Amino acid sequence: MRTEIHISALRKNFGPVTALDGLDLDVGEGEMFGLLGPNGAGKTTTVGILTTRVRATSGEAVVAGKNVATEAVEVRARIGVVPQKPNPDLQLTVRENLLFHATYHGIPRPEATRRADALLERLDIADKANVKVQTLSGGQQQRMMIARALTHEPRVLFLDEPTVGLDPQARHGVWEILRELRAQGRTVVMTTHYMEEADQLCDRVAIIDKGKLLALDTPAALRSQAPGETIVDVTLDRPVDGEPPPLAGVTRAESRGPVLRAYAPSPAAAIPSLLAFAESGGYVVRDIHLSRPSLETLFISLTGRKLA
Amino acid sequence: MKLRIFGALLLRDAVVAKRDVAGIMIRTMLQPILFTFVFGYLLTHVGVIPRAYTTMIIPGIAGLSLTMASIWAVAMPLIADFGFTKEIEDRLLAPVPIELIAIEKLTAGILQGALTALFVLPLGRLIMGPIPGLSLQNLPLLALMVILSGGVFSAFGLFLGTAMQPQHISLMMQVIFAPMIMFGCTYYPWRSLDAFPFLKYAVLINPLVYVSEGLRAALTPSAPHMPLAAILGALVAITLLLLWAGMRGFRRRAIG
Repeated sequence: MRTEIHISALRKNFGPVTALDGLDLDVGEGEMFGLLGPNGAGKTTTVGILTTRVRATSGEAVVAGKNVATEAVEVRARIGVVPQKPNPDLQLTVRENLLFHATYHGIPRPEATRRADALLERLDIADKANVKVQTLSGGQQQRMMIARALTHEPRVLFLDEPTVGLDPQARHGVWEILRELRAQGRTVVMTTHYMEEADQLCDRVAIIDKGKLLALDTPAALRSQAPGETIVDVTLDRPVDGEPPPLAGVTRAESRGPVLRAYAPSPAAAIPSLLAFAESGGYVVRDIHLSRPSLETLFISLTGRKLA
Repeated sequence: MKLRIFGALLLRDAVVAKRDVAGIMIRTMLQPILFTFVFGYLLTHVGVIPRAYTTMIIPGIAGLSLTMASIWAVAMPLIADFGFTKEIEDRLLAPVPIELIAIEKLTAGILQGALTALFVLPLGRLIMGPIPGLSLQNLPLLALMVILSGGVFSAFGLFLGTAMQPQHISLMMQVIFAPMIMFGCTYYPWRSLDAFPFLKYAVLINPLVYVSEGLRAALTPSAPHMPLAAILGALVAITLLLLWAGMRGFRRRAIG
């Protein structure tokens, strides 16, 4: 597999804040690659540098064979970008958004028209072609943003949190589109803080936090590295006093404010003793949440924090 | 290729401007039209102001309209784009050097200024009567002054558009535009400030002074005005300075 994106020792400081702390990554051609991490992990900064909109403090990044710092114009010709916050041209209609985008990439008008119409059809927003962007729902707007980013047929597509703020139905609509792009063999880099999204869509996932790479592999391989235990979070009506005592069926337990977190080989065995502990302490149980061995439990074990 | 992309960027601004033609005209021309009517027609008819005053103010009013059109056309979209809509990001990802995006904005500003002049000058002629410099032989000088005026204020727009935050717009009107207009020699020739030596030289930092005086030289050559060479030299120098500051701001806002 040819390398389509190469990142080495990438660092970015915003004043005293280090957003990227020496990141190394390679993305292969045709790969659907996920950057997974909580807010502030450095995902958007990484995408910003790769898309020539943010200048790295040091290190090197090459996209589609071109250096983002010294050959920015050539990089821009080869990439499509769907930003985290939709930035459609509000003065234009949906169709004009695609048409003008194509002409910004030097595509002649007749060809631009053909592509715009085909994409609107494919992404199921052809009936909205001539309306102002403001009238679109969140899901429709996101589909338009993806259609726009594809009009100049980029070699690499970047999507920054493509499903944030969408309802479940719209989210699945976007997933369908992304699966289709993957089937076409286009190189796609997406950031997300949804485990499920990375797990379901990506060929490989990089887990980053605080600007550093923590793990990088296929979702299945990453899952296999996750601690074999289920995490049981019991939310109580008030913070737990002190550390919880050893409990039957629980390997290890810790208190995090009103949440009692237990690591257990089997939740069925752990839950009765956790409930008994709550009752004996006079707590009211508000919620019980299970996290099965997953990218999420791996992430928690790597960073000590939840993703979102 | 670059030229074709530049054309596409310009076309986008033209399409958007065409849709907001009423808004643009109200913002840039209502005040000058009212001024022309009251000072150029009403008060001269009543006899409060001598008729000769009309020739004095028509260049200033034309200059004010076209410079306001240019500065609005560049500054306002940039303030909104960089401040909250982020609409411009799609254009910043076009495969051209980002400076070309700024140059396109400047071109759009100059064109809007020129179109405004094309509208205001015949209107002034209609309300106030003959304008001496509005002749074919004077056209090259007039065209040069219109383009330089649009250029200096488009560059000013680029600077303000990248330096200001959306919440500063009303402050900008009060603190920058109001004194600039009052001390821009729009309603009086620079020569008339002879009686106030400090003011006479202090206003020289104001680009509107050279626009007003330049249009005076082009439209009412017999009325007192600065020497043409001084006007042209100052306009070019101030434009270069504002372009430098504006481009710097644009790069800073466009690339993080």
